[in-house]
Amino acid sequence: MLELRNVTRQFGGLLALSGVNLTVPDGLIVGLIGPNGAGKTTLINNISGLDHPTSGTIHFQGHAIHRAPPHQVTRLGIARTYQNIRLFGELSALQNLLIGQHLRGQASLLEAILFTPRYRREEQALDQRAHALLERFGLAQVAHVPAGTLPYGDQRRLEMARALAIQPRLVLLDEPTAGMNPSETRELGEQILRFKADGLAVLVIEHDMSLIHQVCDQVYVLNFGQIIAHGTPQTIKADPVVIEAYLGQEETE
Amino acid sequence: MLEWLSSLGITEVVLQLMLISAIMGLSIYFTLYTGMFSLANAAFMAIGAYVGALLSTQLDQPLGVCLIAGALIAGLIAIPIGWPVLRLRDIYLAIATIGFGEIVRIFLINFDNVIAEILRNQTGERVRYELLGGARGIRTIPTYTETWHLILFVLILTFLITRLHRSRFGRAMAAIRQDEKAAANLGINVVYVKNVVFVIGAVIAGAGGVFFAHLIRNITPSMFGFDRAVDILAYAVLGGVTSWIGPIVGGLTLTGIPEILRFSQDYRGVFIGLVLLLIIVYFPGGLINPTAWRAFWQRVRRTHA
Repeated sequence: MLELRNVTRQFGGLLALSGVNLTVPDGLIVGLIGPNGAGKTTLINNISGLDHPTSGTIHFQGHAIHRAPPHQVTRLGIARTYQNIRLFGELSALQNLLIGQHLRGQASLLEAILFTPRYRREEQALDQRAHALLERFGLAQVAHVPAGTLPYGDQRRLEMARALAIQPRLVLLDEPTAGMNPSETRELGEQILRFKADGLAVLVIEHDMSLIHQVCDQVYVLNFGQIIAHGTPQTIKADPVVIEAYLGQEETE
Repeated sequence: MLEWLSSLGITEVVLQLMLISAIMGLSIYFTLYTGMFSLANAAFMAIGAYVGALLSTQLDQPLGVCLIAGALIAGLIAIPIGWPVLRLRDIYLAIATIGFGEIVRIFLINFDNVIAEILRNQTGERVRYELLGGARGIRTIPTYTETWHLILFVLILTFLITRLHRSRFGRAMAAIRQDEKAAANLGINVVYVKNVVFVIGAVIAGAGGVFFAHLIRNITPSMFGFDRAVDILAYAVLGGVTSWIGPIVGGLTLTGIPEILRFSQDYRGVFIGLVLLLIIVYFPGGLINPTAWRAFWQRVRRTHA
């Protein structure tokens, strides 16, 4: 479904990504791990169109997207979250989800001004879906609270809900459990498994190995911009190269 | 009502100028609401004013025709200007749009001379050419603008804005102001929305310019320079841009206050400065800003407790 071939991204003299080959198959959850500065967020930025590879290709369902602007990538069905939460802080949780459904709406500005029946029906439908998403992520009580004033965990969940509002086929999650306690992490893992149950593919950047084990079908390990290992969570955990580059480092801390 | 206003120094003409300021405040509200720091509105006002004044003085067209043509041409010019300029952000966008304003002003001043020069080169003899009037501008424009025109126009604008805010496009504007990248990743075509907003602002500013020209009767390029651009920004900033009421209140008060303070004669400038200072200190988000008012009352209560 998503296929990266030889993706390289150079920032001046720095090789942030170097010949990355990575595939996210239909309906599977793929993990991406690696030490800080390995290039994980750069990779997600390149897929989502915020950044573009210096060379190499990215295909999503047969469409070349490595030169596409972000809104076109989204149109094809790729949604994402961010390592540092990027909600519309002054707007309510509900409005955040309405904006997330931007592509679902058809009504033109003129129809909105004329208040046509089609526009009203559409707004009602968007509103209902937004409320359903708030319900699903346990945010129904804070629907009208400005997103920027929500507690941290709620903000993380709202960002995920907003990504789902796009009705994507692939979701990119950039460290979704950063700053969460173990029970919150577990709960979030269940949400991610529900994405899979709904038929979505997921690419998730994570530091938390327990989450990787909980949700991932496959794992890629990125170090200094290169994929150094690929396999199931079990084989990755036993791979000496990975232990040296990543896991070993953690254990000595 | 009108008598009470005129006892304060607000005659009907002043009231009309106040309403035009409100229109100009609304024109910059669109760009500011979308997070674009554009100062091009004075230039679009000039374009509207000149187009409208040419149509009424040279071709005897009525106000309706002048309005549509002035607004439309300002909007059309905004399209090629917005495309390259809107890649810039914040202070850089402000500087580029100030540059555009200067280009328009200097174009208006020199247009007649340049045409005269071209004609001289072609015919070989000295020709007098007068269309835009150079630095002296266009004079004896008919006074078409009436108070009810302006009130009606402001009401129509506010109606359109309230509808806009409840539309997908309006929500996209707010999203871009808050986080452009996140907005793009949600499927919003940021470049498109910004360009459309820029054109909408230009159309409104152009209409404001037509009203202005047909109110004060003589227009010169210097009326639409940097000072005007900053004034327009001040309407929106002092009124606040969290809702459309802000720029209207800002435009009305900033144009009305100097007239009310006319009694203070030589100290007028000092009073105006003081009023501005107080507003900025106590209402940093603008006069129409619920959070600022709450903070203000809390402060008042605390000092009296």
